[in-house]
Amino acid sequence: MYDIAIIGAGIAGSYIARELTRYKLDVVLLDGENDVGNQITMANSAIVHGGYDAPSYKFKGRFNAPGNIMYEKICEDLDVPFKQCGSLVVAHNEYEMATLHELYQNGLKNGVPGMRIIFKEEVHQMEPNLNPDVCGALYSPTAGVVSPFELCVHAAENAVDNGVTLKLNHLVTDIKKLDDSFKITTTAGDIEAKKIINAAGVYADDIYEMVGEPYFELLARKGNYFIFDKEAGSLVNKVIFPCPSKKGKGILVAPTVHGNLLIGPDAEPVDKGDVSTTSERLDYIKENALKNVPSIPMNKIIRSYAGLRNTPVKASFTTTDGDFILEESPVKGFINVAGYESPGLTSIPAVAHYVVEEIVVPMFPDIEENHEYNPKVRKHLRFEEMSDAEKEAIIKEDPKYGKVICRCETITEGEIIDVIHRSAGARTVKAVKKRSRAGMGRCQGGFCSPRVVEILARELNCTLEDIMYDQQNSAYILSGKTKSAAEEVL
Amino acid sequence: MIYDVVVLGGGPAGLAAAVEAKKDGANDVLIVERDRELGGILNQCIHNGFGLHTFNEELTGPEYAERYIKQALELGIPYYLNTMVLDLIDNGEIKTIHVINEENGYMTIETKAVVLTMGCRERTSGAIGIPGYRPAGVFTAGTAQRFINMEGYMPGKEVVILGSGDIGLIMARRMTLEGANVKAVCELMPYSNGLVRNIVQCLDDYDIPLKLSHTITFIHGKDRLEGVTVAQVDDRLKPIPGTDEYIPCDTLLLSVGLIPENEITRNAGIEMDRRTNGPVVGELRQTSVPGVFACGNVVHVHDLVDFVSEESVLAGKGASMYIKGQLDSENTFTTTNGDGIGYVVPQQVAMKNVDETVTFYMRVRQVFKDKVVNAYIGDQLIATKKEKKLLPAEMVNFKIAKDELAKYPSGEIRFVVEDAKK
Amino acid sequence: MKKEMTCIVCPIGCQMTVEEKADGTYDVTGNTCKRGPKYAVAEMTNPTRVIPTTVVIRNAMLPRLPVKTAEPIPKGKIFEAMEAINKVSIDAPVKTGDVVIKDLLGLGIDVVSTRTMDKC
Repeated sequence: MYDIAIIGAGIAGSYIARELTRYKLDVVLLDGENDVGNQITMANSAIVHGGYDAPSYKFKGRFNAPGNIMYEKICEDLDVPFKQCGSLVVAHNEYEMATLHELYQNGLKNGVPGMRIIFKEEVHQMEPNLNPDVCGALYSPTAGVVSPFELCVHAAENAVDNGVTLKLNHLVTDIKKLDDSFKITTTAGDIEAKKIINAAGVYADDIYEMVGEPYFELLARKGNYFIFDKEAGSLVNKVIFPCPSKKGKGILVAPTVHGNLLIGPDAEPVDKGDVSTTSERLDYIKENALKNVPSIPMNKIIRSYAGLRNTPVKASFTTTDGDFILEESPVKGFINVAGYESPGLTSIPAVAHYVVEEIVVPMFPDIEENHEYNPKVRKHLRFEEMSDAEKEAIIKEDPKYGKVICRCETITEGEIIDVIHRSAGARTVKAVKKRSRAGMGRCQGGFCSPRVVEILARELNCTLEDIMYDQQNSAYILSGKTKSAAEEVL
Repeated sequence: MIYDVVVLGGGPAGLAAAVEAKKDGANDVLIVERDRELGGILNQCIHNGFGLHTFNEELTGPEYAERYIKQALELGIPYYLNTMVLDLIDNGEIKTIHVINEENGYMTIETKAVVLTMGCRERTSGAIGIPGYRPAGVFTAGTAQRFINMEGYMPGKEVVILGSGDIGLIMARRMTLEGANVKAVCELMPYSNGLVRNIVQCLDDYDIPLKLSHTITFIHGKDRLEGVTVAQVDDRLKPIPGTDEYIPCDTLLLSVGLIPENEITRNAGIEMDRRTNGPVVGELRQTSVPGVFACGNVVHVHDLVDFVSEESVLAGKGASMYIKGQLDSENTFTTTNGDGIGYVVPQQVAMKNVDETVTFYMRVRQVFKDKVVNAYIGDQLIATKKEKKLLPAEMVNFKIAKDELAKYPSGEIRFVVEDAKK
Repeated sequence: MKKEMTCIVCPIGCQMTVEEKADGTYDVTGNTCKRGPKYAVAEMTNPTRVIPTTVVIRNAMLPRLPVKTAEPIPKGKIFEAMEAINKVSIDAPVKTGDVVIKDLLGLGIDVVSTRTMDKC
């Protein structure tokens, strides 16, 4: 029996799992997918927000700025790329300028450091490619961009290194409350745990309903995005937000931490699991992004995708409407981490600390600290970022670093082998892509995906047909061999 | 050591350029290839139809490649395989190239001249932004070609192909022969982007429908592809409501264009042409950086390898002339694309380097019937090429004699599509 | 009988018109070289195609060897030919032009290798 089962290995579940390893607890991290961080974590804006948006009485306002402050350290420990590039919320008129002042005041309440309202000349000096009509902006220097899936994967890796059991392809189908524990039925067997942390993203309400009377409901809201070639990556230096309206934060234009350009997202209520892009929505994004940055080169798009937000539509009993749900539910021992939408990514270091210290620790009176807890993951050797001398040295040490597999991003075989053999390692082509960036470039895996399939098959000691793009069994890449008649004779 | 000519790429362009440079007197020539063997993309193009212009016989891709590989080996041209070029730095007379491979590690290569022959890559589903899901089972035609022809694996069984580029057409037949069911080839434009002969022998022979003015409006399937929605498009290439058709399939191949691979070129600060997505080149394929040449699909996407070889001989010759100090650098003419023409290569001509004729390669923007391509300097018509049919898929090969060009001191040569004089 | 067809002998792709005359011979127009009429008549009487494909190869750098029929074979025999080719496997080394299948389907046409592959 586990002390705690975490349902959902997205950024919330994975990071909380890691945070729990500060204590001597037997933790299992469950996910229905074939990899960690495969849903909301995989497709979002990748922004580390300053923290001026949400009101201070909400968890969203309370944890954003402290989470932001913690990012530099956690990204160093977890070896995750993070660029504190700052953000601008831009205004086109006096009416919008007034909104910026409100945001500024709210930011002060939330403890956001270094904000300034800046005016036309300074805005355009900072961002020469902005629409000339922009007359002012709220500058928030602590905002930044991060790689959310790398953060999630490395948090899960670190959690496993510190003793957490990770079980993928364990889709939870039922939960029974026993006297002092829960019996969790999954598609890959039963699991018993004393406590449950429900971090199941957009499905968290469905998971809760397996044990308790529904008291909150989640709405899946889809956002479409475009990623541009690195040639367009320096079009803006900072995250550019339009002035927020009742509809939300609007279409942002941002550099990514890896040097691409990202635009999006819109917001559209959809069925859970609908991550399809639609042409009208994609057109809407292009149109709106151009309002603030008119010179976005639409012929440099390398990918479009959609992701979901899990927006709480009914208030929880401890928090206000539309806030994160972070609490022990009416079912004792069952903790909900739900409605975890933006600024969830930014807030996670602070939220995980809160959930563990304020909710979990009091549940275990005899809890002991884990003195062997190591917050760091083994350093990733990123060939492209090395100096000439380092490159020379690493190939001498391991010749696999001398073989470039992904031409576009200059990712070597050594790096791909490494991400396969780490804790919470890659098992699929998409998992390799998330971890190493092989296939993320302008050719989108055209050249390297056959090589990645080969490397995965070799390192995992299976056949090429066994290698999946993503989901187990169903997302196959190859349907079989040619010349099966002759192959059978062999 | 300092090489005379280093060729970046061991495909058809690189091989032909290296062979020519060596024959023309460059002593130390080196080929750097990123794949595990020489021959480039031809190794996976196992179909026939190559070499009709060059060898006057019909060869398959590997056979065509082997003829050039043999020449390179006979001339004793050394080569590195599995070797990736990290960058090219122009230090004036000597150029520095950093490369890596497993065997030799990190190497610095110095050379007097460089020929860029990195080829091209395929446009992806990401670039064309097809709405819908992002499941497994969507491949570029070239990726599928490599899987089937070289690795011996099938990417799927029920196939739809988007784009009627030659690789897509070839793969329609190839997958059919290997037992797959190719349900349709959809082409956005009202005309095919592939060679007519490929439509006949790859589609018509197997009763595979070619749906012109059709596109894919939705990709279905969360894990593996389950089907595509196909719709007809209007004159503005927008889907026409009500023409939707759902085609179940497990595989979607994309043959929607090729893009020259010029990352090394751009990083080296070489002037680019937005029309070709390749470097601006002269009659001997010299780029804006003296001593750096480029040829083949890295300059502009060719439809026939024979013309790649033809162009690469020019670049090889140019490189050897450059190291011998025989290359004139004064451009006499520039070229430009007028009505109906998408691009022209070369973009510059230095007359002193021209032997007898200059061949201008160009593509038309749309299908034309019974038109001519005219070349003008100012208002003066200097040459005409008659074509029964002009197709964007088929490169126009326009030769102008040196004697004709020599009548003009300098200027801009403008190519236009016009009505034939009655 | 009149038939429109596209010549596929070379990449030019001439649009030709073929007309069968009373005496059983054919009139071909629209061609730009003399290979056109030859192809057109063959298409009317016995259309043939070269089949490029692969066979299984052992002990080579790759698991498949590209091959082709040394001569065009009747169109109607293509799938039968593929079945025969799919059953064959050979051992490296192989040279370009080596016969992989002698006298395919009794047509008097060989299947030959289209590349050299060393043993490894």
